[in-house]
Amino acid sequence: MADLQKSTINRRTILKTGVAVSALQIAAPYIVKAQGEQSLKIGVDNPLSGIYTALGKNENTGMELAAEQANAKGGILGRKIELVIEDSTSDKTDVAVQKARKLIQSDKVNFLIGNVNSSQAIAIAQVAAELKTPHIVPGGHADAVTGSSCQWTTFRVCNTGAMQGNAMAKPLVSIGKKIYIIAQDYAFGHALADGLTKGATAAGGQIIGTDFFPLGTTDYSATLIKARGANPDVLVDLAAGDDGINSLKQAVQFGIDKQVHLAGMQQELEVLEGLPPEARVGTWLFEWYWNQPSNVAGVADFVAAIRKKTNKVPTARTWFGYAALWSFVLAANNAKSIEPVKVCHALEGLKLPPEVACQPGTPVYRAEDHQLEPAVFVGHAQAKGTKDPEDLFVVDQVVEGPSFMPPASQTGCKLNYPT
Amino acid sequence: MTQVVLFNVLNGLIVGAFYALMALGLSLILNLSGVINFAHGGFLALGAYLAYSLAPYLGFWGGLIIAPFLTAALGIIIERVLIRRLYGRDPLYSLLLTFGFALIFQDLFKYVWGASSVPYQIPTWLGSPLSASLFFLTGYRVFMVLIVALAVGALFLILGYTRLGIRIRAGTLDLDTVSVLGVNVRVLRNLNFGLGIYLAGLAGVLAAGMLGLSPTIGDQLIMPSFVAIIVGGLGSLPGTLAGGLLIGVAAGLTAVYFPTAQEAVIYVMMALVLMVRPHGLFGDAGRLH
Amino acid sequence: MKLLDNRAGSVLIWFLLLTAPYWMPHVGGYTGLGTRVLVLALAAMAVNFLLGFSGVLSFGHAAYFGLGAYGAGMAIKYLYPSTPLGILVGVLAGTIGAMIIGAMIVRLRGVYFAMVTIAFGQVFYFVAFRWVSVTGGDDGLTGWKRVPLDLGFTSFDILHDDVAFYYLCLVCLAVSAALMALLLRSPFGHTLLAIRENERRAWFLGIPVDRHIWISFVISGFFASLAGTLYAYLDNFVDPRAFHWQQSGDFVIMAVLGGMRSFWGPLIGAAVFVVLQDKISSVTDYWMSILGVFFVLAVVFFPRGVLGFVKRRQES
Repeated sequence: MADLQKSTINRRTILKTGVAVSALQIAAPYIVKAQGEQSLKIGVDNPLSGIYTALGKNENTGMELAAEQANAKGGILGRKIELVIEDSTSDKTDVAVQKARKLIQSDKVNFLIGNVNSSQAIAIAQVAAELKTPHIVPGGHADAVTGSSCQWTTFRVCNTGAMQGNAMAKPLVSIGKKIYIIAQDYAFGHALADGLTKGATAAGGQIIGTDFFPLGTTDYSATLIKARGANPDVLVDLAAGDDGINSLKQAVQFGIDKQVHLAGMQQELEVLEGLPPEARVGTWLFEWYWNQPSNVAGVADFVAAIRKKTNKVPTARTWFGYAALWSFVLAANNAKSIEPVKVCHALEGLKLPPEVACQPGTPVYRAEDHQLEPAVFVGHAQAKGTKDPEDLFVVDQVVEGPSFMPPASQTGCKLNYPT
Repeated sequence: MTQVVLFNVLNGLIVGAFYALMALGLSLILNLSGVINFAHGGFLALGAYLAYSLAPYLGFWGGLIIAPFLTAALGIIIERVLIRRLYGRDPLYSLLLTFGFALIFQDLFKYVWGASSVPYQIPTWLGSPLSASLFFLTGYRVFMVLIVALAVGALFLILGYTRLGIRIRAGTLDLDTVSVLGVNVRVLRNLNFGLGIYLAGLAGVLAAGMLGLSPTIGDQLIMPSFVAIIVGGLGSLPGTLAGGLLIGVAAGLTAVYFPTAQEAVIYVMMALVLMVRPHGLFGDAGRLH
Repeated sequence: MKLLDNRAGSVLIWFLLLTAPYWMPHVGGYTGLGTRVLVLALAAMAVNFLLGFSGVLSFGHAAYFGLGAYGAGMAIKYLYPSTPLGILVGVLAGTIGAMIIGAMIVRLRGVYFAMVTIAFGQVFYFVAFRWVSVTGGDDGLTGWKRVPLDLGFTSFDILHDDVAFYYLCLVCLAVSAALMALLLRSPFGHTLLAIRENERRAWFLGIPVDRHIWISFVISGFFASLAGTLYAYLDNFVDPRAFHWQQSGDFVIMAVLGGMRSFWGPLIGAAVFVVLQDKISSVTDYWMSILGVFFVLAVVFFPRGVLGFVKRRQES
């Protein structure tokens, strides 16, 4: 009998605690709403759990810094910017869509930013267009976002497969003419492979083989054996994220880097950090890097600010988020309005000032497809920086945006502004 | 072409050995306690992370030896406090409980070690190919197979010749009788769970040498482990071993002819085996319903 | 003292469901969240028809859910933009899938049955992923939307009006629940319960067990595919993950969490699962562990799921 009593009390306590917690939840929104009367809300729908967590968090950090800086300068049209951050998850697109709807319809955000995952970016873009909310994709790379699935409300900061293929073609072909490509078997992997094939062939190279492996492959022996057997000059590994780490780690264990030149296109600091030092090899393209060769305005301040905030250097992802948020601030202030059509028109042709661009040249959002034209940094990985333990990449050359953009007519984008 | 096929079969066996190690741990727990341990991948990751953290103090070898024991210790505690309450209930509750643990583990790793991958290093002499002509066989892969062979050998020795092992095997067949014969079934289940988790932790340390170490490292490996158990047949540890090897080889061969189906092929194989031989290759009828 | 007897409980639940769009915003919810709960609850109830009432675990029911979703989306995108047509095509696809696959696997039992259902789900996942030209691959099926319902004398703009779509889903759930309840109360349903309790005895009594399980599987697949069509409509989007075993696993978890042996258990489980995930992920990055802790506590303290707990409190 005593035992029963004991367990009953336990259940009651839990129920009570549960009720208390839910009561807090009910009260909380009212508290937040009361504070936020004057602020302008920008919704962030990025992955904060799952495989893209690190990338999503880094992008969000950039956005947070941008919001702080912008608010210090008066925010958007005198209103303070308030970031409403939601976790889209890394792989549940229905959650990403649900959160996007929630942000726009319930939280009443004026602008939307997201997503790292290309498929989610496309799905969110559809929601943003339907609900007439200006939307920037900081780091979702699928070509379709500013291509066949483009929307009048959606803009993008990072590069596409086609852009990277054009930019990287000559550097790769100059290493060696016979190129073998391995890539992840999903939309973006194919886009990267296509982009490189077109670009490299045009630059005089020869793609002697292309191999796709499933996302999340843990053993790359089969792929690497095949690649090695084809005897290329350059082995291009287009895998991103964890797959990039696994494939590179194993490639170096097989000694392939000693026989063939390892290279690829888009590479990220997060991946190099996750590799053991001996696997930090190869020629890559960084979409943005913190340690740039010449003294470019804005870079040092940005790096210092992020270092102060997180004790780590900014990665390309941090910059994507930073640029995305600042783009909204600049466009709305330029247009002197937060009305969607006006803001979107203001974003078209928007040139990023040096303190936002943090790179040589002036990135500008192309009007025809809403794609930003940033510079890219071609270089090689290094096991460890001589001056800084976080310096894992050496920039050999900077290639500026306009030179590698595919013609707007080829992207398949048709913008349909509301009449 | 035959050379390529051979290479891939060999590598398939190596990877299959790894799957077998993980699956054996799962199988031990499932057979004796009827617990579907969805947190097995989390324990695997824990083993890897512990080895990573211990490495600066104990080196690679110290991490390899100690980490699985620490992981097993945590497993024993969790079994004692939580999982024990589920015996006698529908196995689905153990699924829900361990699934909850998998979620907790993932956030725990994120919190302690960060969401980004961390660079786990193996000794350089292991991380290179055996020879120029045998480039596809790295020292590390051979090392992995040796460790797996050692562990599996030790496991079968324990099961065959120690009191604990014999009791586990008997308990798998008829737990009631074992209990009536005076064996402390609670302790038996507890130690059995610890043994299974030890294998998971060991698999984790081995995996970290080949894969990037991030909070999700265990996720990709859990389904193939279940498939290995099913293909081999529930209740049969040699079956699980065979199942793991078979899956590895199947994936390896598929990679030659139809690379993008590497992952799907293990499911097709499982479906085929189950429809032709409903109890798996070595399983006995009447196992778990 | 009985707090809620069964009928009062059902009435309460229906009342809450009927008025949800009006009280939800006041407790920090929103209509879309409620609709999501309805759709996933239908899927979870479909799984529970098989699991809780027939005693058969399917861990791959997302296969029929996904077939429903893709069927509806592809019908609207490629055939003709009409909401009822989409539902019809989706449900047909899912049910036929369940009929064929069910026939192939009905010999198996227990964990083997569960695993083989996973296998089929994963095969569908693979096909959806790779058949990019038709399904859109992992980018998903986009470029289509649910179509306002035009009934001749009146039309419901379920596309732009979230509340209207909520009620459409509620109607579907209500009809499905009524059908399921009818089936479970019929002699057929009683036979299923008998099979669940003691399959061997049922067999000895001359009941064609395999056939009954197959029929139950098909019925369950029917409702799962209906849930799938609504799911596609909810987001105007489908991607291969609708087929994945993790999606199936979510349904099973909802059923177990809410209470496998009770009719409304899966609805409660879906509500808890969806709402918890939505609310907690807005508050903290570490929502997964909180959800995990909740599952652990639920298993330890609610031995029969949430509704099972409520029932026992009543009985004590």
